[in-house]
Amino acid sequence: MRKLFVLLFGLILAGSVLAKEAPPAVPDPALEKRAMALAEELRCLVCQNQTIADSHAELAIDLKNQIREKLKAGMSEEQILQFMVARYGDFVLYKPPVKATTVPLWFGPFALLFGALAGLFYYLLRRRRSAAPQQPLSEAEQARVQALLDSPEERR
Amino acid sequence: MLRARFLIPLAVFAVVVGILGVGLTLDPREVPSPLINKPAPAFNLPQLEQPDKTISQKDMLGKVWLLNVWASWCVSCREEHSTILELARSGVVPVLGLNYKDERADGLAWLARLGNPYRISAYDRDGRIGIDYGVYGVPETYVIDKAGVIRYKRIGAVTPEVVRDKILPLVKELNGNA
Amino acid sequence: MVPELGHFALILALCIALVQSTLPLAGAARGNDAWMALARPAAQAQCLFIALAFGCLTYAFVSNDFSVKYVAEHSNTQLPLAYRVAGVWGGHEGSLLLWTLMLGLWMFAVSIFSRSLPQEMVSRVLSVMGMIGVGFLLFMLFASNPFERLLPAAADGRDLNPLLQDPGMVFHPPMLYMGYVGFSVAFAFSMAALIDGRLDATWARWSRPWTTVAWSVLTLGIALGSGWAYYVLGWGGWWFWDPVENASFMPWLVGTALIHSLAVTEKRGAFRSWTVFLAILAFSLSLLGTFLVRSGVLTSVHAFATDPKRGIFILVFLAVVVGSSLTLFAWRASKVGLGGRFALVSRESMLLTNNALLLVAAGAVLLGTLYPLVLDAFGLGKISVGPPYFEAVFVPLMAPALFLMGIAPLARWKQASLPELAVRLRWALAVSFAAAIIVPLAMGHWSTMVGFSLLLAAWIAATSVVNLKAKLAHAPKGGIGARLAQLPRSYYGMLLAHLGIAVFIVGVALVKGYEAETDVRMEVGDTAHLHGYTFRFTAINAVKGPNYTSERGTIEVTRGAEPVVTLNPEKRLYTVQNMPMTEAAIDAGFTRHLYVALGDSITPTAWVVRIYHKPFIGWIWGGCLLMGIGGLLAAFDRRYRARARAGSAQLTTAAGLNASPAR
Repeated sequence: MRKLFVLLFGLILAGSVLAKEAPPAVPDPALEKRAMALAEELRCLVCQNQTIADSHAELAIDLKNQIREKLKAGMSEEQILQFMVARYGDFVLYKPPVKATTVPLWFGPFALLFGALAGLFYYLLRRRRSAAPQQPLSEAEQARVQALLDSPEERR
Repeated sequence: MLRARFLIPLAVFAVVVGILGVGLTLDPREVPSPLINKPAPAFNLPQLEQPDKTISQKDMLGKVWLLNVWASWCVSCREEHSTILELARSGVVPVLGLNYKDERADGLAWLARLGNPYRISAYDRDGRIGIDYGVYGVPETYVIDKAGVIRYKRIGAVTPEVVRDKILPLVKELNGNA
Repeated sequence: MVPELGHFALILALCIALVQSTLPLAGAARGNDAWMALARPAAQAQCLFIALAFGCLTYAFVSNDFSVKYVAEHSNTQLPLAYRVAGVWGGHEGSLLLWTLMLGLWMFAVSIFSRSLPQEMVSRVLSVMGMIGVGFLLFMLFASNPFERLLPAAADGRDLNPLLQDPGMVFHPPMLYMGYVGFSVAFAFSMAALIDGRLDATWARWSRPWTTVAWSVLTLGIALGSGWAYYVLGWGGWWFWDPVENASFMPWLVGTALIHSLAVTEKRGAFRSWTVFLAILAFSLSLLGTFLVRSGVLTSVHAFATDPKRGIFILVFLAVVVGSSLTLFAWRASKVGLGGRFALVSRESMLLTNNALLLVAAGAVLLGTLYPLVLDAFGLGKISVGPPYFEAVFVPLMAPALFLMGIAPLARWKQASLPELAVRLRWALAVSFAAAIIVPLAMGHWSTMVGFSLLLAAWIAATSVVNLKAKLAHAPKGGIGARLAQLPRSYYGMLLAHLGIAVFIVGVALVKGYEAETDVRMEVGDTAHLHGYTFRFTAINAVKGPNYTSERGTIEVTRGAEPVVTLNPEKRLYTVQNMPMTEAAIDAGFTRHLYVALGDSITPTAWVVRIYHKPFIGWIWGGCLLMGIGGLLAAFDRRYRARARAGSAQLTTAAGLNASPAR
């Protein structure tokens, strides 16, 4: 009987030790979060439609490791991005940098918006000014209007 | 005046078609190197054939040379290998290899089987030097001048046309048209 | 034998298309009834032959005929039947055939549902559609023949890409193409109007339902693609601003502008040449999308195997179709005129502003998509434009449009009063601000992004309620039920579609603002916790599928003591292409998704498991569904289905009153 109790107790103990709270997949989740945030800003050069974060290509894994190492060594996010750009060019940045060649890209849409709205405004003002004065309807026209209004067509 | 306004969409479209047409001749996947006209990144790696010796880019100062990034697992490297061999045999320019992310034994076996055009091959096992050089796919080849500055990068296999049209003229120019 | 039959059917379809493009058009110009009468039967015959060709290709797939090159490249004997059928459009040639089939079906529909249209108009519309058919059929027959033989035949096929072996593949491309091609109907109507030189409110009334159906179907097609990416790609993303996604989004944006512009043209006879332009633009963007996917000009996950020669053909086709239509537009639009008079503040001007905003947004997407190419073409270096750009640009552009969405339905036609609108909407504004402040705080923490988005979403919802109340108040007397029933279907369509947008915004904002994730290393028996849920990894089993092997995890999810669900994420290996695939397991709830994916296995018993809690993410696709249903509801409003008879006489008179003299 005693042996049974000991056995039972041992099993329960073993079970609770085996079934544990899952540890995080990486040793340093805070570092990992920073590393992933950076990795999500970099384009994978092998699978060019994914970020380094999402890509499973070997180069992507190597670069992710480099990011982790450099963060641990104390480099700032900005410095790490510069590191990548120095080696792979602007192409590696997911968010295009703002430089002379990308001014139309970044400011184009807003310039377009401003232009479109200004043009629209100007156009509408011009139409209003050039609108012909309304003339009163003739008898015949009045009658037609009445007939149409009274018809069983849907009112909208 | 009214007509002119209506022609704007057509004009814009013509520009777009022009750009797309040019786009058909380009390769969107090719990533040009920002290292052109910049000093070749420093490395001090063990040699593939003699692991106790090292090789550095400094060793090649004063000479115009080629750095060819290769690996035994790379199919395109096999395709360009005969071209590299021929170029090396011609003696016009020394060729150094960078064995990228490879097993030493595999790399040596590959060279034994297919021929070794390289004066020396640097062994970059973890690919760090490759990253410094902006390598994103093998094979890649760099032309480096006497001062140790990268002058040209070929992404992808080196073909006889590339040797004839790009590499040889550049090497000649860098050597002072000697 | 069957592939040759299919090939022959395509040739016949081409011949018919050539006839269809020329004779009815000439007949309309010359008043030749016989030639015009050819349009309908030609369209129907063309559809029949294209369908026959499609059937032959499907047969080749289903019967595993690997002597057909295309089948050998995209199928396999072990591929389940559903995916052998879906594989028909899995590659470039077959998807072109699907495109052409959709064109045929739309042509068929136009030929049947156009009894009330004048003969000249139907002839011109079907001719234009025929011309498009000619282009695609020529392309297929000369550069992308799906029936090309592979001799000697392959022993087995190379299998459909595992990413495509999914129910999403069965529905997404057909719906998407139906939408793309549907805009060709609006395009054809526009061309007909330009050729004719006349365009009135009745023209808009006829074009409108076709365009709205195309738009609805495109909405659903895009939503399906997004949902599919979400559960297949293994990390829960649903929109990537990928060039091909953008290529589907641009016609959608312009299509939205178009359906609003058509509303004005139909009701007020205004915006005529503008509507015509939008119809041309929407279809041009559809064609541009077709070019981008197949030419190799941009890198994309969606890109088909590319060949510059094909790219040249499509570019030439694009240049010819769009170039000639824009030329015709430049030449004839002034005859059509803009029409209508309206004040600076009126429903018309607000809709025009909506159009301007949508077009600028589409322009921004086009700019971002093509900019890397532009720089590369001018030798100015290589950049990449990714989601951070699009998000930074698109959201500020759309915000004013969303705000206007609340005001415009309440504004009067022709002349509206801002002070009056302000008074009517003050409660809606107050409610919106309240919701924008309360909800983020209730979700856990304040976020300005979430607050602003919810402000817009609540604004749209609240103003819709105000609008509905006003409409009911003005309806003829009766109980609430009777008054609700009186409102036309198109009104409910609008309401539903606008609400759909609000729902969509809520989904996006809440999931972006409050998504939670945990990456853990789990062995069998381990538990992880996230957002009040407990995830227990109970088993990992090796499973064999029809054409794959899989490691299948079992995760039991509980909340407190209550069991919630059992999830089975998988890590599959598709044997033919030796391609690994992650199959995420999702518990899709109304207020949240629980998303579990297996990462890599560290040891045979220890796995990296990614667990996400995504609040309200289902509302993203729910909102799109509402939009699609709203659109379809509006398209089937009774006034489009009413028999022409006496109605058309009065319609023409109304149009005569509305139409201003050509300017």
